[in-house]
Amino acid sequence: MSAILECRSLTKKYASLTALSDINLTLERGRIVGLLGPNGSGKTTLIKIINGLLVPTSGTLTIRGMNPGPETKGIVSYLPEKMCLPEWMKVSEIISLYEDFYEDFDKDKAYEMLGKLQLDATKRLKTLSKGTKEKIQLILVMSRKAQLYCLDEPIGGVDPAARDYILNTIITNYNEDATVLISTHLISDIENVLDEVIFIKEGSITLHSDVDDIRSTQGKSIDTLFREVFKC
Amino acid sequence: MQWDLNSDKPVYLQLVDQITAWIISGYYKPGDKLPSVRDMAAQATVNPNTMQKAMAELERTGLVITYRTSGRIITSDEELIRRLKAESARNQTVEYLEKMKQLGYSPQEVPGLISDIINNDTAYNNADGRIV
Repeated sequence: MSAILECRSLTKKYASLTALSDINLTLERGRIVGLLGPNGSGKTTLIKIINGLLVPTSGTLTIRGMNPGPETKGIVSYLPEKMCLPEWMKVSEIISLYEDFYEDFDKDKAYEMLGKLQLDATKRLKTLSKGTKEKIQLILVMSRKAQLYCLDEPIGGVDPAARDYILNTIITNYNEDATVLISTHLISDIENVLDEVIFIKEGSITLHSDVDDIRSTQGKSIDTLFREVFKC
Repeated sequence: MQWDLNSDKPVYLQLVDQITAWIISGYYKPGDKLPSVRDMAAQATVNPNTMQKAMAELERTGLVITYRTSGRIITSDEELIRRLKAESARNQTVEYLEKMKQLGYSPQEVPGLISDIINNDTAYNNADGRIV
């Protein structure tokens, strides 16, 4: 099957700092991929380029053969690391907004998930706690029938019980044609749901491998391997 | 039933071990229908691809049989289940003997330790011999 995401010699520089250096990466469809690296390694820069918020300094990044732009935004569902929703709006209004913006948005699914997490759609966003806002945002992102989901730190601020629910949401909602790219530090929480992992260090990919291959050849969990590779 | 997937072994092998243990213990009975891969993956919080791989492995060993129309069921081959049960009991006994060796007990001393508990601990010496 054709690749969903392809990077060729992708490089991004911020003035004197090289955030991504000569990245070559291909992601297949139907995979859940962990993008793992210490702080400042380039994870968010890569995700921002995928979503057209940054442009590469050199090299290319294509999604289904297209450069990031309006067409790719229609098939990529993006969870930014920071809250991007208007605080004064009610949850129900934001759901209508998403429905207007994205053709692939499934409103019923969004309300179903809100119900499961016992969240009140009549509340204004600014009255909700940080973790609750994060849940709302993830619900919006996962209610789209996208081909690539980019989740930047999706479980950082939520409690462990909601974390399990969110992981289940990711597992049960993505379809076989879709790929999920998750960046996080909370490796032990998510490693059982991953197909493959990418280790990124100082802007370079140091490892891209199947999770169970790593466990069979190294005899250790991804969390343990990460702690060894990135030991301070 | 709680899934316990915390060891460093490949996740699909942990799933295979866990499901095998449930079949041996009778939690899943011969001929029982298994939930869909997607549902089981959600229960265990693992990737559906990984659960699929575990199912393929269980089919290979014959413990799980796939029917194209009616999903997956547990084998009715009770001989196979008995054999796996005996194998599992043997493995755990060997493991136990190794641990006792580390504590400084010889294998010959171990039966004495066991019968001591069976005879004196009320949890194990009720009439029908079943653990309560």
